[in-house]
Amino acid sequence: MTPPANPALDAIARPRATQAIVAPPRMWSKPGVVGFFTTVDHKRIALRFLVTAFAFFTAGGVLSGLVRHQLSVPDNTFLGPDAYNQIFTMHGTTMMFLFAVPVMQGMALYLVPLMVGTRNIAFPRMNAYAYWIYLAGGVMVYVALLGNVGPDAGWFSYVPLAGPQYGVGKRSDFWAQMITFTEVSALLVATSIITTVFKLRAPGMTLDRVPLFVWAMLVTSFMILFAMPAVMLASTALIMDRLVGTHLFNPAEGGDPLLWQHLFWFFGHPEVYLIFMPALGMISPIVETFSRRPIFGYPAMVLSLIATGFFSFALWVHHMFATEIPELGKSFFTAASMVIAIPTAIQIFCWIATLWMGRLVFKTALLFIFGFFFILVIGGLTGIMVASVPLDLQLHDTQFVVAHLHYVLIGGAVFPLLGAIYYWFPKFTGKMMSERLGHWHFWLMFVGVNLTFFPMHELGLRGMPRRVYTYAAEQGFGPLNFAASVGDITVDIAMLLFLINLVWSLWRGARSGANPWNAGTLEWLAASPPSPSNFTAIPIVGGRAPLWEANGVAGRVEGLVDDPPEVLVTSVLEARPEHRAVFPSPSIWPLISVLATTALFVGSIFTPWAVVWFALPVALALTIWFWPTKAETEQHLALERKP
Amino acid sequence: MSDATRTAPRVIDAAVLPSYAFGHQSLMWWGTVGLMAIEGTVFALAVVIYFYIWTTVSPWPPSVAPPDLRYGTLNTVILLASLYPNWITKRAAEREDLKLVRAGIIASLVFALLFIGVRILEFGALNCFWDTNAYGSAVWLLLGLHTTHLVTDAYDTGVLGVLMFTGPLEGKRYVDVSENSLYWDFVVATWIPIYAVIYLAPRFLPS
Repeated sequence: MTPPANPALDAIARPRATQAIVAPPRMWSKPGVVGFFTTVDHKRIALRFLVTAFAFFTAGGVLSGLVRHQLSVPDNTFLGPDAYNQIFTMHGTTMMFLFAVPVMQGMALYLVPLMVGTRNIAFPRMNAYAYWIYLAGGVMVYVALLGNVGPDAGWFSYVPLAGPQYGVGKRSDFWAQMITFTEVSALLVATSIITTVFKLRAPGMTLDRVPLFVWAMLVTSFMILFAMPAVMLASTALIMDRLVGTHLFNPAEGGDPLLWQHLFWFFGHPEVYLIFMPALGMISPIVETFSRRPIFGYPAMVLSLIATGFFSFALWVHHMFATEIPELGKSFFTAASMVIAIPTAIQIFCWIATLWMGRLVFKTALLFIFGFFFILVIGGLTGIMVASVPLDLQLHDTQFVVAHLHYVLIGGAVFPLLGAIYYWFPKFTGKMMSERLGHWHFWLMFVGVNLTFFPMHELGLRGMPRRVYTYAAEQGFGPLNFAASVGDITVDIAMLLFLINLVWSLWRGARSGANPWNAGTLEWLAASPPSPSNFTAIPIVGGRAPLWEANGVAGRVEGLVDDPPEVLVTSVLEARPEHRAVFPSPSIWPLISVLATTALFVGSIFTPWAVVWFALPVALALTIWFWPTKAETEQHLALERKP
Repeated sequence: MSDATRTAPRVIDAAVLPSYAFGHQSLMWWGTVGLMAIEGTVFALAVVIYFYIWTTVSPWPPSVAPPDLRYGTLNTVILLASLYPNWITKRAAEREDLKLVRAGIIASLVFALLFIGVRILEFGALNCFWDTNAYGSAVWLLLGLHTTHLVTDAYDTGVLGVLMFTGPLEGKRYVDVSENSLYWDFVVATWIPIYAVIYLAPRFLPS
């Protein structure tokens, strides 16, 4: 679709020389080193989330490389059982808590404010806090691993293995506090995203014009709100059992190890979907842009996202089929596990319909979406297999489950995410990525992932268990394991090409301009990379794909001050302008608060009194963070209009 | 819509809009409600833990007396009574009546000191410790979680109170006071089911 002539659009996208083109560069950040530590710009913080999450992805990838090397031949002595336990635990922990959730939230922090047409995320200082606390938690648990106190009871940390009786030392405590760090971060970001979507949309962007990625992140954020408290409470209970002698998971005193599994999976199953759902949100704009037509079945897509969010809370027991849960309960959860395939299928059919009726442009981003279809569908089919109790009892704790979960998570989340990076990299940096390297990356990745994980189905069916550090030659698992390890190396090479592509494109890539793909949503109205204020003027939205429709950008908002930075607050359903809000300036106090909180969390691994001692610095830092200065208040008073 | 209106760019002048708003129009309200959703889930799950342990243990409460009703019930009365000064404070904040806001916050803080004091006595009257057995752990978990909220909300109210006396003040600080009162309501509201679980469940649940 070619963008139609639109005078309102021209006024925003190509301002006349007399108009102020760029907002003051210091709108959300001070210059230099101070600026680095104090910025509240959602774009800078989001890129930090992304870079940090990909750094942890690399670390997690190295750990999986060690696992694959150990398993590549029978009776291997490369890793001992103790090192192996720490390494596979940290691989899972890293990928789930330090990569998958933060990377999706990072994408949302960058894109949601742009897509809804506002100048920053709601609660920008809280987002700065969310980033630093995430970084602190990740660094803490890796320091522990390097000091040979890495968590070793699996990413799910089941008791009694992780409890006081068997989990000696501090390993599981580091795991439990890593949870606290990362979940605090995720919860804060989720609250900000919900508020941004509901209250900061550009005027005219009624709920039925909200882009599908934004819908996906809204549903994801709600899921985070109700799922993550479960794992925080569970890990706190675990650390209490270990540190102060409570008995919540101790059967000798009336506790129950199964209680851990319930609490963990009440979080853990929604967790799978809150990794998967942002990816679903990324697929829609990519499919839309590269089929050159609006998405087929927008209302069905939105309702499917919401339905998936609800159903995802009714599945957790299917992780516990091998326990003594009543049979009737298991049947219920089997049914629920099959039902959730319906909304996912609706979305897949809508994408197929969109692609079918479109004129396809085969860019790398779209290739990764096709990869998603193939790999996710295999993962979904094995999912339906393990959703049935008798089959699950046979396959539980075997390599079959490892194959299933990697097909789901890599196909369902990593492929769309990589496609999304190719798609939005020009927006983030103003440069195009190399399509040629991108195609190589895709094909190597596609072959590598299938080569790594497909053999595991067969290994699992033949009875090879998960989480064992080696196997005997006579068991006959050698050749397929060797193939899987070769596949892993292929994936490594693919990801290396991706890294080279990123660096090379940043350095030598062609300039992209504001809208290199001729896409329809608002983020492509902003410059690439966007100016600190995102838009020269906040647009008035007149359609679902504003840049594709004649009246899509129907006008602009004037009268918002840049210093102090003001944003427009609109109503929840219809996005009618309600009031202006002055947003906070850059501040060092989020970072200082994180340092104080880190002292509290890490201290509490060793003594419960740390909670008491460090409560004071935490409270003090948060208070100074909040306390308004005279100068600020005078600025605000000058702009004040009472409701 | 005619073709003429379709192409004429509209302009919204934000400068004429108010610079803050109360209730669900304000961003603070959404932040507070988000926090309430998170904390409410934590409380609900802590209650789930209590009842889960009840299903595995017999008799109930296991080998200890139920918590004494005296202090818990007294504190319920105090918490419910604190809703009144809290409501006065919220209403005064929405009318931007500084004098009444100050008085309301001081009254609320008196209540806060009172119920935190009684809370200390409550811990002493539970008739179990956190390491007595799983029942004791669940009871202490519930009461501990709620106490954390009492203390943090009292602290927040104190900080806002000082600000109301020293300044610098502007209109949106009254929004902060109003949302803090909303959170106070939440902390009181969550106490009712937690009271029922800690004090009534051991007496009325079949063991």
